[in-house]
Amino acid sequence: MQEARGKTVTVIKDILGANEQIALENRGLFNEKGVFVLNVMAAPGAGKTSLIQRTIEPLRDRLRIAVIEGDVASTIDADRIAGLGIPAVQINTGGACHLDASMVRSALSGLSLEDIDLLLVENVGNLICPTGFALGEHLKVMVSSTPEGDDKPYKYPGMFSAVDVLLLNKVDLLPLLDFDMDTFRRGVEALNPNVAFFPVSCKTGEGIEAWVEWLLARRDQGFQP
Amino acid sequence: MHELAVTQSMLNLALEYAERASAQRITRINLVVGEIAGIVDESVQFYFDFISQGTPAEGALLSFRKLPARFRCTACGQEFPLRDGDWTCPACQRLGGEVISGREFYMESIEVE
Ligand SMILES: Nc1nc2c(ncn2[C@@H]2O[C@H](COP(=O)(O)OP(=O)(O)O)[C@@H](O)[C@H]2O)c(=O)[nH]1
Ligand SMILES: [Mg+2]
Ligand SMILES: [Zn+2]
Repeated sequence: MQEARGKTVTVIKDILGANEQIALENRGLFNEKGVFVLNVMAAPGAGKTSLIQRTIEPLRDRLRIAVIEGDVASTIDADRIAGLGIPAVQINTGGACHLDASMVRSALSGLSLEDIDLLLVENVGNLICPTGFALGEHLKVMVSSTPEGDDKPYKYPGMFSAVDVLLLNKVDLLPLLDFDMDTFRRGVEALNPNVAFFPVSCKTGEGIEAWVEWLLARRDQGFQP
Repeated sequence: MHELAVTQSMLNLALEYAERASAQRITRINLVVGEIAGIVDESVQFYFDFISQGTPAEGALLSFRKLPARFRCTACGQEFPLRDGDWTCPACQRLGGEVISGREFYMESIEVE
């Protein structure tokens, strides 16, 4: 009789568990320092940087704001924000397709958390990868834009179902597009019935006030652990 | 695609468990991947073949067990799969619900010798 040589070792471990752990530590730090953190996710060009700029404008006199820029390899976006006089840190993702919790943790060394009330993190332009990687944020924010089409929720259920708030940007372009709002809304409601939804235009400013008011209210509700 | 970083974490985890079990070699890694976890099997395999070279996991077979994405109907509580484009609850015809599975990505076990 030959002895079986192989054996099975049970593991049952989340492969991204290390990221989850660091994200939890980040969240603890944010709560301790009273920093409310948004993870802004979208396809490239949907309007993440534009939304961040639009969100800063009405809030900058009321809250101390800082930005972490994860998008692209250049510092163009970080420069756009720094041009507003807002502290901005560029994360060099080295070509990665998403931010992870450890990248954010490293970026925090470039910011003074005691002096920040609201931290806006612009994730890498990508609709798939960022959803798997928590950063320690309080809110997952998704920007979808009308030129991307009304079928986006049907194509990217992973992200649409994971976010706390969805902004549909570039509504100023609706008259020019074959975008059926009902089709879009139906997909969103099916995937994420509790999501907060705001149609906006970062170009005209339409809808921004409603979004900013909601954001302030959510922040006032306090920090969930 | 982030599969390189993900594959590295996966390999590290497998090597850690193999060492704990005093194994010489890993012959198979059993993974569970949710349908909407955003993980592409082929690229995990591709990177794995490359980065496992010279480690006890070199040549190991990667097995991917797919978990379908599932909804729970917010109206009636029925659970049902997220089928492409058709998200109506089979019990009450309401559309969609909360996603209750499909984001998983974990290692179930490894086979060693
Ligand atoms: N028409 C229109 N263009 C917009 C709007 N928001 C952003 N854009 C434009 O879309 C492009 C990409 O915006 P940006 O904020 O850089 O997108 P990001 O890549 O997601 O950060 C820029 O040319 C913006 O001027 C909008 O509401 N309407
Ligand atoms: Mg940008
Ligand atoms: Zn139902």
